[in-house]
Amino acid sequence: MNILKSVFRFYYEGFKSMTVGRKLWLIIFIKLFIMFAILKIFFFPDFLKTNFNTDDERSKYVIEQLTK
Amino acid sequence: MNGVDIALVDWSRAQFALTAMYHWIFVPLTLGLSFIIAIMETIYVKTGDEEWKKITKFWMTLFGINFAIGVATGIILEFEFGTNWSNYSWFVGDIFGAPLAIEGIMAFFLESTFIAIMFFGWNKVSKKFHLVSSWLVAVGSNLSALWILVANGWMQNPVGMVFNPETARNEMLDFWALLFSPTAINKFLHVISSGYVLAAVFVVGVSSWFLLKKRKTVFARRSILVAAVFGLISSAYLILTGDESARQVYKVQPMKFAAMEGLYDGEQNAPLVAIGIMKKAPTPENPKADEFAFKIEIPNFLSYMAALDPNAFVPGINDMINGNEQWGIMSYYDKIEKGKVAINALRDFKDAKEKGDKTKADAALKDFKENYAFFGYGYYDDPHDLIPNVPITFYSFHIMVILGIHFMILFIVVLVFLYKNKLQKMRWLQYVALWTIPLVYLAQQAGWVVAELGRQPWVVQDLMPTLSAVSNINKSSVIITFWLFALTFTILLIAEIKIMLTQIVKESKNEGGH
Repeated sequence: MNILKSVFRFYYEGFKSMTVGRKLWLIIFIKLFIMFAILKIFFFPDFLKTNFNTDDERSKYVIEQLTK
Repeated sequence: MNGVDIALVDWSRAQFALTAMYHWIFVPLTLGLSFIIAIMETIYVKTGDEEWKKITKFWMTLFGINFAIGVATGIILEFEFGTNWSNYSWFVGDIFGAPLAIEGIMAFFLESTFIAIMFFGWNKVSKKFHLVSSWLVAVGSNLSALWILVANGWMQNPVGMVFNPETARNEMLDFWALLFSPTAINKFLHVISSGYVLAAVFVVGVSSWFLLKKRKTVFARRSILVAAVFGLISSAYLILTGDESARQVYKVQPMKFAAMEGLYDGEQNAPLVAIGIMKKAPTPENPKADEFAFKIEIPNFLSYMAALDPNAFVPGINDMINGNEQWGIMSYYDKIEKGKVAINALRDFKDAKEKGDKTKADAALKDFKENYAFFGYGYYDDPHDLIPNVPITFYSFHIMVILGIHFMILFIVVLVFLYKNKLQKMRWLQYVALWTIPLVYLAQQAGWVVAELGRQPWVVQDLMPTLSAVSNINKSSVIITFWLFALTFTILLIAEIKIMLTQIVKESKNEGGH
């Protein structure tokens, strides 16, 4: 428990004492939000996972695409 | 390949190129600066001189800014694989998955532990433990790059796998063949050493600005000393690995090699075009057109560079298109025929399996296996469509090489004047060092243009062309996301430059911090 507490304090105090870092963390969070909550969900669905249910269906589709 | 929307292929390529190029603005500085910081901190720990601690912390702050802005920009490339390049993602199977999974796990542990100690650990952990963490960040971030470059090396020279025609996926046969493929290893070493050179130029350039402003000169001179020595050693290694990489290209991607030198007709004792201006390239209608308006050549050097033998034959673009019996080069016309046999055999195999016709399936499989090495060629009718953009490949290659030499000379000159204690008076040299910063980024991008555009039309060499790798999705969604990325990445880049400049100016006035 003491180790967990020490690790928590290490990160807590580290973040607290940051100056430039705060601005950077804000940029990181905004960036990750745009990437995962907007781009990934609305613009980048996995094409084969979304359109087919099984690996067998995916294989058939890709072979069809490669040999058409 | 019937019914392929070429505009969709082009937009998908443009989007991938945009994302990769922006991503590569951030990565090389991380690769190199991490080592420079570790060296500076080692000097601090060895000497106990507080000035070295200040120097280390300043460059660490710039490292942190670059790391924070660049982190996760590569994830978008993985999004694109699943959405825009689904045929490719399926085709490469677990070959790509394994290295990328290792990279993801390594990056997570590295970033969440040792980088935190690097930034938060001053005065909280021992000096030695902090130093070990800094070195582990440097080693870890470079190892992280290894896995991505192994995956890229496999695309340039697919080895260690077997294609399963029942699943349409490549399956890994030999992980070690994939990891230790000469293409992958040379690519890794060349790319990381280019990152070291970039970081060294960056440190020398920024420090030169300090000298130009006549601020913190001891700080600047010490930074320049470490960076220029590191940069000079890295430059020498960069040239060695570049030389070996070129030899690998000659062996496994001869068309790219010919494009890098604008070589249309192969020859023995081939000269290297040191500097050249390309004119009109020969075409099937006008095969005798002279491809150069102006060139300076080094006799025999291309043959030597390619095969360590000045008498070696270096095939030109026309040798590969039309074949060359004397040198045992199969023509692209023949490869296209064999590729078509492989594609038809795969189709017949699938049909026969569905109908339960084992005899026909076995016959088709035999044909497929015999011709699989040429599979990708079967998507084309005209061999000239298999030639990459020669002028762009040629110029990018030469820009990269010429700038690489410039960086090496810069490090030597800077070190000589530093040794003679005259660097502070050499304002012209300080300006040159400062303005070399954008040039080193240009050289990085040019290198990737050679690697990726020079291997077109392949996404997996000889097996899968770009046009068969794309997903059958709506082109407009690719166009929208292209512009979204262009906007997002430009904002990130502006933010990085602005925050870095602010920090550099603050430091020069003794107001730095992280």
